[in-house]
Amino acid sequence: MNKVLMLLFVAGLAIIPLVSGDFYINLATQILIAAVFALSLNLLVGYGGLTSLGHVAFLGLSAYICAWTSTKLGVAPLVAIGLSLVITTIMSALFGLIALRATGLGFLMITLAISQVLWGLAYRWASVTNGDNGISGLTRPSLFGLSLDSASSFYWLTLIISIFAFILMAAFAMSAFGSSLQGTRDQARRMRALGYNVWLIRWITFIYSGFWAAVAGLLYVYYNKYIHPSALSVTASAEALLAVIAGGAGTLGGPIVGAALLVFLKNYASSFVERWNMLLGFIFVLIVLLMPDGIVPGVQRLIRRMRGAQS
Amino acid sequence: MSHATPALEIVGLNKVFGGLRATQDVNLHIVQGDRRLLIGPNGAGKTTLFNQITGDIIPTSGQIKLFGQDVSKLRPDQRAHLGLSRTYQIITLFPKNTILHNVALGLLGLSNERWNLFRPMARASHLHDEAQTILESVGLGAMSNKLVSQIAYGEKRRLEIALALAQKPKVLLLDEPLAGLSTQERLTVKNLIANIPKETTVVLIEHDMDTALDLAESVTLLHYGKVIVDGTREDVISDPRTREVYLGH
Repeated sequence: MNKVLMLLFVAGLAIIPLVSGDFYINLATQILIAAVFALSLNLLVGYGGLTSLGHVAFLGLSAYICAWTSTKLGVAPLVAIGLSLVITTIMSALFGLIALRATGLGFLMITLAISQVLWGLAYRWASVTNGDNGISGLTRPSLFGLSLDSASSFYWLTLIISIFAFILMAAFAMSAFGSSLQGTRDQARRMRALGYNVWLIRWITFIYSGFWAAVAGLLYVYYNKYIHPSALSVTASAEALLAVIAGGAGTLGGPIVGAALLVFLKNYASSFVERWNMLLGFIFVLIVLLMPDGIVPGVQRLIRRMRGAQS
Repeated sequence: MSHATPALEIVGLNKVFGGLRATQDVNLHIVQGDRRLLIGPNGAGKTTLFNQITGDIIPTSGQIKLFGQDVSKLRPDQRAHLGLSRTYQIITLFPKNTILHNVALGLLGLSNERWNLFRPMARASHLHDEAQTILESVGLGAMSNKLVSQIAYGEKRRLEIALALAQKPKVLLLDEPLAGLSTQERLTVKNLIANIPKETTVVLIEHDMDTALDLAESVTLLHYGKVIVDGTREDVISDPRTREVYLGH
């Protein structure tokens, strides 16, 4: 039943470009990219209980490396992509060594500090990053001779990568390792006594999460064909965190719903409502009040209750 | 069976918290298969001693040896892999998960499968089957699919022990396993502890003397972090210092 629903959902996503115009196709692309990013953050926040306020560090790093190596060094797209993923993953391993010296509020502050350093670098290290001007001029590579310039072709590529990312992150969360990770979130001390290396479990998760944020960063930079320091801002991290929490941290569907809501409100509502930020805030307050653990767990509970009332 | 190497040996252990000397020059020699009862007034440093044995707290000085191997510098998880397991005075379970999953986590902790990033936990049926067997042995088999948050306190106490027993420990530390239980439940848990196989060395902290003394073979009395009396059950009970410090009158 669930599998059928999921296939229908994916099929629905796949035909979006056939039934709608570029505006909605691009909106859907942005939602997918935000969803991959939110899913990667959710591994830390939802499954690991490690609330990061600097996750954009990895999205931004990967995007900048790709844009810089492509436009300034002129390397081939595949090389740029490979470099972005490898370097960002290595950096997430290094940042993890620093950030995981703490948990809770300490972890949050260190991740925030690290991302702020990168944000500052993006602004100030102008010889590499072009500072406030950002790096533009990136072109989308073609895939097996197929151009990715049109909104629909890039959407389909993003969809395929997103599905792949979702499957691999879902598998991670549901694996034996994922069970261990959730154990460290709920009862770290007991996990140690049971023989789990809690630190190592968190570090591996941090790196895995960093890798998928890097994938989101590549999609982001090829979608926009441009990268600006604002991609590394606290606001961007906070928005992603909000999406994860509003959708339902520690669930597989939550971050996707949260990301969809966020991108939709940002892009769509902003064209009708001038003070869309206020609207965004209002909606998130409403979610937190009505469904404190997020939309997905909240709706699931509603459905259960309705079924219970029927029988 | 050779009793030459003690299961657990503690040599000159000290722990200082600021001005408080929570453990003072403690020496313990616990032979394999022993049932050792740790007694002492509140604040005597019993749980602090447990925490140092498991590695949750690093001693200020001294050595802790498991089967002759110095484990003082090892992390708690490394000690668990050497056969050390414990339960907690304050229930320390995974409340969002089912009872079965709790025990499965205990089994997974010592299995290399815990590093498998992609094989679904749900398909680790051997872990679940084994967990179910263990739950049946502690009388929780019928409720294995209930969440921990849905079961009664007495059942949680038994699950605490099941989680530790799942690891087939060589040395098991039980921290007040009878705390807060009714008379009937005490009897159940007492039988559970009495049936722990002899290969497992048991160290027990317990205030309920009636029950605990039945289980114990040897007793150690702690007071202000020091070992006051140490020996066989009869010796310690009849020692006047035990009456003075602990049993009263």
